[in-house]
Amino acid sequence: MTLLQELVAHQIRTDLPELATGDTVRVSVKVIEGNRERVQVFEGTILRQTGSGITRSITVRALRSGVGVERTFKVNSPRIEKIEVVRHGVVRRARLYFLRDRVGKAATLRERRA
Amino acid sequence: MSIGVIGRKVGMTAVFAEDGTLVPVSVVAIEPNTVTLLRTPDRDGYSAVQVGAGQAKKLTKPRLGQLKDLPRVRDVREFRLDDVSDYQVGQTLDVSLFSPGDTVDITGTSKGKGFAGTIKRHHFRRGPETHGSDSHREPGSIGAGTTPGRVYKGTRMAGRMGGERITVKKATIVRADAERNVLLVKGPVPGARNGLIVVRKA
Repeated sequence: MTLLQELVAHQIRTDLPELATGDTVRVSVKVIEGNRERVQVFEGTILRQTGSGITRSITVRALRSGVGVERTFKVNSPRIEKIEVVRHGVVRRARLYFLRDRVGKAATLRERRA
Repeated sequence: MSIGVIGRKVGMTAVFAEDGTLVPVSVVAIEPNTVTLLRTPDRDGYSAVQVGAGQAKKLTKPRLGQLKDLPRVRDVREFRLDDVSDYQVGQTLDVSLFSPGDTVDITGTSKGKGFAGTIKRHHFRRGPETHGSDSHREPGSIGAGTTPGRVYKGTRMAGRMGGERITVKKATIVRADAERNVLLVKGPVPGARNGLIVVRKA
């Protein structure tokens, strides 16, 4: 481990499941509203993963009231309470930008069986 | 002016702050420095603390004579102070000089870019790439005609870029790790990895 990795090692989360593009995930984020803190859940498909180490992030795409919504999360952020994998999708590429042109059933991916 | 230490740039990474924001940081390795000399107004005409760091392979005879039983330091810098009575020759200075939240000035030599054009060096805009244009990265006009009949001094043109002394002012310390002798500073620090860096209290 290099010095740069060593310095951030304690902030890298080990409590999260393995994530892959195409997976449907439920991300629980802690949000602060005024002086109250609550947990917000965002469920969708992982569109892409970027970065590595401490800067690793995922972009999750979901359809909310007919509008495509994409949120990017820093995977190692302490603001993330948990990430649950709901479903593994079968994909043949790393970035699923083609999902942006699809709605409804066409936007669903085949499920990968373990 | 204030006291500082000599270190080396390790690289950049990021750390999460308490509020969950990801803060980009530069890592500066600061092996314990040694105070090698005190400059006093009586003897030298000014007062300063001379600090050394690193291990020299070879030293000049005057330097060897000066260091005698002190570590054979490679790099030496002076910090002008009004009062040097708090310091003694042989004393070590390390990252404990700084604590999170402090602001520091960081000096280093920027990466050399060689002979750079006006776009990279002065942020000029480029000309059209197509439609018959040949002035893709040309500087354009460098002045008027017969009057004044010359190019003004200081006109921005192509030339050597980088490799100069740069000081980043008021950078915030994010973490001072005494165990590993490193300093985490918010934002960038001039120079390449392993480049010599001087960190001074702002």
